[in-house]
Amino acid sequence: MAGREKDEIIHDHNGDGIDRRGFLKCMAWAGTGAFCVIKGGVLNSYSLSRISEVSTADMMGELSFVQISDSHMGFNKPANPDVAGTLKAAVEKINGLSAAPEFLLHTGDISHLSKPEQFDTVEQILKDAKPKEVFYVPGEHDVLNDDGKQFLERYGKASKGAGWYSFDKKGVHFIGLVNVLNLKAGGLGTLGHEQLEWMEDDVKHLKHSTPIVVFAHIPLWSVYPEWGWGTEDSAQALAYLKKFGSVTVLNGHIHQTMQKVEGNVTFHTAASTAFPQPQPGKADSPGPMKVPAEQLKSVLGITDVNYIQGKHALAVVDSSLA
Amino acid sequence: MRRSVFTGVLLLALGFGIAELGAGTRNFTASAQQKAETAEVKIDNFSFGPAELTVSAGTTVTWINRDDIPHTVVSTDKVFKSKVLDTDEKFSFTFSKAGTYPYFCSIHPKMTGKIIVQ
Repeated sequence: MAGREKDEIIHDHNGDGIDRRGFLKCMAWAGTGAFCVIKGGVLNSYSLSRISEVSTADMMGELSFVQISDSHMGFNKPANPDVAGTLKAAVEKINGLSAAPEFLLHTGDISHLSKPEQFDTVEQILKDAKPKEVFYVPGEHDVLNDDGKQFLERYGKASKGAGWYSFDKKGVHFIGLVNVLNLKAGGLGTLGHEQLEWMEDDVKHLKHSTPIVVFAHIPLWSVYPEWGWGTEDSAQALAYLKKFGSVTVLNGHIHQTMQKVEGNVTFHTAASTAFPQPQPGKADSPGPMKVPAEQLKSVLGITDVNYIQGKHALAVVDSSLA
Repeated sequence: MRRSVFTGVLLLALGFGIAELGAGTRNFTASAQQKAETAEVKIDNFSFGPAELTVSAGTTVTWINRDDIPHTVVSTDKVFKSKVLDTDEKFSFTFSKAGTYPYFCSIHPKMTGKIIVQ
């Protein structure tokens, strides 16, 4: 690590020392998105950066999809001056997968400033992806200035309330939640009473053996509340899922991959296709991390999920763009 | 004849205007020396600096976003609310009444600040 630290300062182009912008870390958190494969009800997630290490057998299941997150289209600061380019690289990675995913999940912060042209650019780039179906949930950057009105008009036609919805694919029940609206001073992400009531009702009649995949922008587990990386009322949402044997929670927002298992629930966060953020508490603030251009793609990624009916596993794996 | 009267009135008005402008500038300079009528809060590294600022009534506070991530300035009690501020964008609000005005960034609610008006 000593040698690496030296490199870190060498690559500090702005000469701003090892503050959060110049802060470079080992690439342990690498991965821009995930290939998710559901095998027998359990989701396995493979980072797209390391997808070559995954055997074809491991990538096969009843259902597979790719999670991408935090495209931040419109961001143009030194941490990544070409977010369109890195999103395109993610699409190429998706199209190169040996096991073709059925659809894409985008876990929010599609745009950087909620501008129509930023959403347009992302939609245009994703049109080149082999999977034609894309499911979105909003990030806080997608609902700026209008409380999410534009987002609802674009993506939420079939959704309830502020944009939450559910759908079924090959026996797996997917629930898209919105936790980026009505944020309170000093607080974390919020689902709110109305959405929680809807969710309770949504899962009430499902069999306990139904694999559940919940996706939302801000983590539904307490990753690092000091930086707002958590959701106030997520415990209530998770309580409704206690009866299910396999629950997977997919989030974005923190621009790095993390996994955690708690009882029947597996939590995953996907990396950003735009820029990395520091590990919890490892910098003054959660701002964009500047990494050398040649390393950037190794810290950005997509998540891929694959599901095999009849057995019992759901796997999420993250891969970086490099 | 009417025209010259009109011109005269216009010149007179203009004269007053300039005089007033001059007086205004003098007042401003004088008061700026006695007490600040403007103040600035810098937004950087996901924080407001200073997080707590005390000003006198009538002060215009300007927030400027020096971070590479957009932020907002939203009064907890709904007294003021900025649009989203991208890097280097500003928002100003004039505090006419004494009181304590807590605020936060509605995108990153862990970012909080307070303006105390005396």
